[in-house]
Amino acid sequence: MYRYSEFDEAFLAERNAQFRAQVERRLSGALTEDEFKPLRLMNGLYLQLHAYMLRVAIPYGTLDAARMRRLALIAERWDKGYGHFTTRQNIQFNWPRLRDVPDMLDALAEVGLHAIQTSGNTIRNVTADHFAGAAADELFDPRPHAELIRQWSTDHPEFQFLGRKFKIAVTGAVADRAVTRAHDIGLQAVMRDGAPGFRVLVGGGLGRTPMIGQVIRDFLPDADLLPYLEAVVAVYNLLGRRDNKYKARIKITVHETGIDRVRALTEEEFARRRPHFAGADQALLAELRAAIAPPAFRKADSDGFHAARDSDPVFRSWTDTNLYPHRAEGYAIVSVSLKAHGATPGDATSDQMRALADLAERYGHDELRISHEQNVILPHVHLADLPAVHEVLLAHGLATANIGLISDIIACPGMDYCALATARSIPVAREIATHFHALKLEHDIGPLKIKISGCINACGHHHVGHIGILGLDRAGVENYQITLGGDGTEDAALGERAGPGFSADEIVPAIERILRAYLDLRRGPSETFLEAYRRLGLAPFRAALYPAQSVAAE
Amino acid sequence: MPREAFSQVVTAQDLLAGDVIYLAADDTWVRDLSEAEILTDKVVAQDRLISAARQTGHVVGAYLADVHPGRNGPEPVHFREAFRATGPSNHAHGKRAERRHV
Repeated sequence: MYRYSEFDEAFLAERNAQFRAQVERRLSGALTEDEFKPLRLMNGLYLQLHAYMLRVAIPYGTLDAARMRRLALIAERWDKGYGHFTTRQNIQFNWPRLRDVPDMLDALAEVGLHAIQTSGNTIRNVTADHFAGAAADELFDPRPHAELIRQWSTDHPEFQFLGRKFKIAVTGAVADRAVTRAHDIGLQAVMRDGAPGFRVLVGGGLGRTPMIGQVIRDFLPDADLLPYLEAVVAVYNLLGRRDNKYKARIKITVHETGIDRVRALTEEEFARRRPHFAGADQALLAELRAAIAPPAFRKADSDGFHAARDSDPVFRSWTDTNLYPHRAEGYAIVSVSLKAHGATPGDATSDQMRALADLAERYGHDELRISHEQNVILPHVHLADLPAVHEVLLAHGLATANIGLISDIIACPGMDYCALATARSIPVAREIATHFHALKLEHDIGPLKIKISGCINACGHHHVGHIGILGLDRAGVENYQITLGGDGTEDAALGERAGPGFSADEIVPAIERILRAYLDLRRGPSETFLEAYRRLGLAPFRAALYPAQSVAAE
Repeated sequence: MPREAFSQVVTAQDLLAGDVIYLAADDTWVRDLSEAEILTDKVVAQDRLISAARQTGHVVGAYLADVHPGRNGPEPVHFREAFRATGPSNHAHGKRAERRHV
């Protein structure tokens, strides 16, 4: 885990002191809201539908017990006893009072966390595969590179006023769990001749104009990472549109300019900038590799794990769905579901956060991850410890065995909280989860990713959901559009719009019709929804969704 | 041709808490929509809004929202205003938990 240096601590202390003074000036009337708004946004403070919201970055989704406990404390002392983990590996506090925010930021700084660049037209929190450093299918742990990017991009003077926000995601594995193809820049680990590097994608993104990223560099040696990223962002900064905020993301720049031209300009810029990187970045990367080194994995007997699986069906079911292969023998990656049936996706109480911190400390080499799928990961747990871990999770309402299933839904805050939303997301997610849980169909349906956004900005990643749901305002009524066949992995695809939208009352029955059609049409339980969709196409699902229209057309 | 019905309230957010607030007839800010002043004249509504927007030391983002005059005071027209008036649906927080004068 990267520990802040004295320089980092001094920088953050000074920045927080600046913001404290800005808040005081706002409260005294010395600053108007128009003057204050950009200042608060630079520090992650939004004014949402019902209250302020503080968005705290969790760099590349990595936490330790001390940091998780601090988040729990902040939620309890200055918020309402819970936090909301987001699709960008951030945590949001939904109810802070303006006067308290400087104290919250100071409390975060004490453990090496902050809210800088969680808003605004800057390079945002760099996200990563939530299994980074643990997954069996990983080429190398990309988090030292992610930390390098974090340090480079934080307060980077050239990139504080980009045309639009800029998101970078990194994965060290072939299996893409970080949705790198839907980011402004996606970095995918590649080994060439024994040397680590990245395939660089650019111009991906969701929102109102969803696009899959294109390869701008097939192999970038990791020694060139920062100068090359700097070249990409600099080219975008000059070339990107500023006349229309809806056309200001780099995906539009790439689309309008062409990937070949953007690549050529980037290479020119890279050649200019590369000599100015005299090696300090590589020295830092070496330090970061040492700081983010794998823990000392232990050897132990796994008999207790197998015995518990044989004797306890609840434990067995949980291990069937919530574990992922670890690269170390005898270990597993544990996904802790924050999607108990009927709960708000991504919400965790202070008690739950503390329980997770305790588990990480006692059984997990003091490591935790936040996934973009709004769950918490214990990346390094020995099989022998899983029965004890499961027992604690059960006691805290955290043992839901549904990872990757229909109730493991991504949902943005929607109009329950977000000032930009055009419809609610959370109630739809809760109703889908409880409905299919009651029908006992969850495990029959099998792997399925439902993703819900409450507006066109697509924070809920609906375009890459196997079933995507987009909430809109249609003539003053909430209306939900369905897309099918989206995929956020290495086989990334944008979902196809199924047809006219559904009202809030109709959306869950509509989802049921799709899934009943899938159960009828699939070749067998081993054919997933996405596989069946790719084989069959939209037509049979559309027919199930709109039976009246299908009959009329015949 | 009958004149189009016009009913609006001035709404904003409290500077300190960020909570949704409404302008009452006595020039105080209230947290409960039912206690808001219903404005039925466009000129008066604009005047009240300008006056409210000047109170930058207390409120943020004042605007006029359409309402229906109801038996118990103004009722929201758009669902967004209904959610602002009632708080989030998933937790008993904000408006769901508290109803009191500013």
